[in-house]
Amino acid sequence: MSRETDVETTILMDADAMAATLNSMALAVVNGNPDLGSLALLGILRRGEPLAIRIAGLIEKATGIAPPVGALSTTLYRDDLHAGSAVDVTSRSGETYFDFSLEGRTVLLVDDVLSAGRTIRAAMGEIMDYGRPRRIQLACLVDRGGRELPIQADYLGYSVETTEEEWVSVRLREVDGEDLVLVHKRSSERNL
Amino acid sequence: MEQPSPTLWTKKDLIGIRELNRSEIECILDTAPQFLAVSQRASGIKKVPLLQGRLVVNWFHEPSTRTRTSFELAAKRLSADTLSMTASSSSHVKGETLHDTLANIEAMRSDIIVLRHSCAGAPHMLAADHSSHIINAGDGRHEHPTQALLDAFTMREARRKISGNPVATLDGAKVALIGDVEHSRVARSNIFALTRLGAHVTVCGPVALLPSQVEKLGVHSTTRLEEALSDADFIYALRIQKERQGSGLFPSIREYVKLFRIDRDSLRFAPDHALVLHPGPINRDLELSTEVADGSRSLVLRQVTNGVAIRMAVMHLLANSRTRQ
Repeated sequence: MSRETDVETTILMDADAMAATLNSMALAVVNGNPDLGSLALLGILRRGEPLAIRIAGLIEKATGIAPPVGALSTTLYRDDLHAGSAVDVTSRSGETYFDFSLEGRTVLLVDDVLSAGRTIRAAMGEIMDYGRPRRIQLACLVDRGGRELPIQADYLGYSVETTEEEWVSVRLREVDGEDLVLVHKRSSERNL
Repeated sequence: MEQPSPTLWTKKDLIGIRELNRSEIECILDTAPQFLAVSQRASGIKKVPLLQGRLVVNWFHEPSTRTRTSFELAAKRLSADTLSMTASSSSHVKGETLHDTLANIEAMRSDIIVLRHSCAGAPHMLAADHSSHIINAGDGRHEHPTQALLDAFTMREARRKISGNPVATLDGAKVALIGDVEHSRVARSNIFALTRLGAHVTVCGPVALLPSQVEKLGVHSTTRLEEALSDADFIYALRIQKERQGSGLFPSIREYVKLFRIDRDSLRFAPDHALVLHPGPINRDLELSTEVADGSRSLVLRQVTNGVAIRMAVMHLLANSRTRQ
């Protein structure tokens, strides 16, 4: 990452906006799944998991049905490891965990930022190794564009097209102590 | 965005624990739990695609069932293709040098070579001149790094479970290594690993089976089992190689059993919470009594389970990291 002085940051979503967005996403999930009893949420570590827990809580609040929630670490299914990427391959950032069978389920994958789509592909590969869900859906808080695979979110909080100089960071109170979505732009000044 | 600084593994080969610093050892230990979970999946496929399309050659110049099986299973659970060669089936018996044999294997595009050899230094020698990742699966009296890693992992796991602290370390843990320390590559690798992880190590055995100046490795040494066990959290019974009897190094098996066997009687010297490990295969009722080996304080089978996960972690780190050659 660049030094702070080189980066321009704007707030895309504050805590209130995030709460409202997650609520409308949860309601859309309810509408999209008449058979709520077969729904299970898998949050992609690290920030997808707290989002999945929140969405499941909102679904319960709206319907009285509490879908089970699990966590998915896609580290072992990444397609960029052999390229020698600077990825933390240890289990320190969390491991896959869920205690329900996937057979016949609708699995709702939850992640914070959707971009290339490669994480989602890895997550789907992993899910298929655990069993055969009836269908897989995808919920993402922010879509920042830049897709490299034909993958789209079924439930999307916010969409923003970013350039190569821009990136999105999601901060969650469970992980970072605050709820914020930020867009950072690398200032072109330093290139002058 | 604040990213946790990624742990980068930079070594091409795993030759010995001596070459590793604490954070490298911890990187391996911390990579293993997710692989434990892969082996324990209740449903679906017990493997991950991390080494898909890669070739792992298990090249064993010494008899070994458990280490070879463990490596082979680890490779398979990473979706690698595996090939096994033993000394009797290799052209070594026809006079080919190790270098030539390896050059031939590499001409078939091997990615990882797991080498067990009776000559200390064989893996080191090959690693320098060949591009495959070399994993030392035991070389002479030198080192057996994956054994020490799985042992340290098993002790740390037990400590975490007992203390309820999921990030507990081996700092301050007291480990007693009992038996033939002098001839044991397992003991050597364990001494390096455990001392680097902050544990206090005591070695104990008949005086002829304790290396002279072993204290220079940062361990305490004694010939009194009672002393070694008195404050031990972990008791590691080393395998006694029966073939050494008659070599003059220890008077008799019977005397060894009487003075150094880990059994119900000798465990009375140890704290109640002390747990027992053994690298296998066990000479039942020689260095370790059947009762203790199969009892509730034994971690022996847990070591075997963890061994596959540790070897998966090592292969993954070597083959999938940006290495500095």
